[in-house]
Amino acid sequence: MRVLMYGWEFPPHNSGGLGVACYGLTRGLVAQGADVRFVLPRRYPVADTGAKMIFASEANPLDGEQARRFASGYLTEDELKFLRGQYPELQYGPGLFDEVLRYAALSPMVALAQQPDVIHMHDWLSFPAGMAAKRATGAPLVAHVHATEFDRTGFGKVNQSIYDIERRGVHEADKVVAVSDYTKKILVDHYGIDPDKVEVVHNGIDLDDVAVATIAEERAKELKDAGWSVVLFVGRLTLQKGPDYFLDAAHKVLAYRPNTFFVVSGSGDMAQQIIDRAAYLGIGDRVLFTGFMRNKELARMYGSADLVVMPSVSEPFGIVPLESLLNGTPVLISKQSGVSEVIKNSLKVDFWDTDEMANKIISVLDHPSLKETLATEGGREARAQVWDKVAARCMMVYKKLTRALLRSRV
Amino acid sequence: MSAVCLYFQVHQPRRIKRYRFFDIGNDHEYFNDETECDTNNARVLRKVANKCYLPANAVLQENLERNPDFRVAFSISGVALEQFEEYAPEVIESFKRLVATGRVEILAETYYHSLSFLRSPLEFREQVRMHADKVHKLFGVTPYVFRNTELIYRNDIAELVADMGYLGMLAEGADHLLGWRKSTYVYHAKQDPTFKLLLKHYKLSDDIAFRFSNKDWEEWPLTAPKFARWVNAHNGDGHVINLFMDYETFGEHQWEDTGIFDFLRALPEEVLTHPDNSFVTPTEALSTFPTTGEIDAPQYVSWADVERDLSAWLSNPIQHDAMRAFFELEPEVKQSKDPELIRDWRRLSTSDHFYYMCTKWFQDGDVHAYFNPYESPYEAFIAYMNVLNDVRLRARAVPPGKRSVWESISHKAHGVLQAIKS
Repeated sequence: MRVLMYGWEFPPHNSGGLGVACYGLTRGLVAQGADVRFVLPRRYPVADTGAKMIFASEANPLDGEQARRFASGYLTEDELKFLRGQYPELQYGPGLFDEVLRYAALSPMVALAQQPDVIHMHDWLSFPAGMAAKRATGAPLVAHVHATEFDRTGFGKVNQSIYDIERRGVHEADKVVAVSDYTKKILVDHYGIDPDKVEVVHNGIDLDDVAVATIAEERAKELKDAGWSVVLFVGRLTLQKGPDYFLDAAHKVLAYRPNTFFVVSGSGDMAQQIIDRAAYLGIGDRVLFTGFMRNKELARMYGSADLVVMPSVSEPFGIVPLESLLNGTPVLISKQSGVSEVIKNSLKVDFWDTDEMANKIISVLDHPSLKETLATEGGREARAQVWDKVAARCMMVYKKLTRALLRSRV
Repeated sequence: MSAVCLYFQVHQPRRIKRYRFFDIGNDHEYFNDETECDTNNARVLRKVANKCYLPANAVLQENLERNPDFRVAFSISGVALEQFEEYAPEVIESFKRLVATGRVEILAETYYHSLSFLRSPLEFREQVRMHADKVHKLFGVTPYVFRNTELIYRNDIAELVADMGYLGMLAEGADHLLGWRKSTYVYHAKQDPTFKLLLKHYKLSDDIAFRFSNKDWEEWPLTAPKFARWVNAHNGDGHVINLFMDYETFGEHQWEDTGIFDFLRALPEEVLTHPDNSFVTPTEALSTFPTTGEIDAPQYVSWADVERDLSAWLSNPIQHDAMRAFFELEPEVKQSKDPELIRDWRRLSTSDHFYYMCTKWFQDGDVHAYFNPYESPYEAFIAYMNVLNDVRLRARAVPPGKRSVWESISHKAHGVLQAIKS
């Protein structure tokens, strides 16, 4: 089974969950025996997965000059106009959209050279490229939805161009893979997709890739020895992740439990706003901002926390709770998340219900037995969510698709 | 001969409403949920009364009137009786009519359907006494045979119950207790031939309670004549067939449309068709049949799940913690001599609270989830511990004797208000 994948980012140069998920899924598929060829728009160093990596910008030019210019990023006005004509959704697009278009323009050459059995594209950034590949080769197309425009905006101001691309991508695809039932519902409700066309494949986790800390960080340990509790938020400081709700809950907890520390780990466009909010609430001395952390550092942070809270406004999946549980720390997660479908042994709350959030935070901090049971039972569920098993479900999707194609050709 | 001993368990806990940390010290009403949730006790009770207790009692009343040889026994927890009085008094009346036939026995148990024997023999005795008083007050009868919460049994429980003067008690007919022996004989407790035991015939009991509506079961559909044939097959192979099950089997676990009521209606005649068959109450069985051997149970045995142990109520850290915290409060609560506080604390002893905290089957979304009114075992634990903290605060508050004049007036006013409300 040759799978041609179109992605946008890949570890270690990823900005978030999309790259991590692509990496995990690719490794899982290779372990399942699939011949995966992973396409990225441009060359940069990537983590090894056993798959062949292809950089669209280096695609073998089939018709010389034009492709060379696409690749170098220089397009004539006429060519851009032509491309924009093909993708009317993007015609008012800024720089990012041009990049998406260039990727799409180079895609057919890549696809024809690889002769895939299945094409698999990840999120809207690579949807135009994936659709172009399908048109060029006729191979069946899988659209993998890791996040929708509704998640990114918290159902607020949706960017119409992006929505249109997403919509076109999922409709043109032969099969859609959603990372949760939660996301599937959004696709059905807001994109008019037939529920039968959507397969749910939850994200997985790599046991050996998650840095697991065995010793708690010195400082956090000191705090704990002195009788302090630590509650941790990990995620981008954006509307979608709900850091403001975390602070509101912290404020309520501190009224009853002053010896609690709240750690906010992440960066993003809401950073200043969040810091100001903590000061406004008068809890600035109880909230610690660490900035963006990764790997060992982050693992130690997980390990030293009593509880990790993920108060996302809308979270298609959410890998943070799995990472936290693998580090032995229980989780409180928003009901508006896909991961809550996988981790039953967690505390769940509506992101807006900060009273209940505070009630549950206090309960975990006050009752070590609750922390222990959640960590043990939840950890068991997290370890069961390995990419190998997840990739096997994806293989089933491919096989069904190619079999259907064979039948229709006979 | 085959004597059939039918015993039905009737119990409804007082489920704790969603009770948050912020409610501690502010709200002392723990069981008065009025929402559409399954923790709304009045609502649940009325639903089960209409689906099960009332129609099933009507069928049994009919059976008793038609068959002078029909007998049946009930154990009705005190918390269930209380709630019938509050929310569905017609259920009490229908039970009274059954008992009045003289062929319906009421068994003894702990008033709060509790696990008090685990830590506090004193509390256990008090709750058994409270229950016997309640039964006597409502039905005018005194129980002679004891059945413990969830049929939990161990040598020391038998000793305790024998010491209280009971004739005998019921237990699960677990294979490891019996070995090669059969549950169809009467046995006695370890080193006490005077304290007799009736052991549940789990195969025939579960055929009705669990398998009745299971279409994958090769014996489906189960009819009364077929069941009577299985009973007849035991002739010459023992004295008594003990069919023990939750009364909610009829209409609640097995819905009316499965034909469970028709089965119940037809059963006595079908069984009595065979001249050697009869029905007995537990007291009759224990006084008629001799004991054939000793039962040694050094470990707890219950009628729950395949494990037949205590793991449904006491296996994970939150259950152990909640249990510890509950019993820790006993001396303080009792010293307060505040009847309302003691009552509320006792309502927290009901085994169901701990059952809701079980994570054993939570993973696979087992059928047990059906019996859990909480979103998860953790929600159950959080509400329970918050309530327990409020109870602790109340126990440590100023004792009634030392209240200021104003305080005692407002306290009395509160009591009067409550009385008017109820």
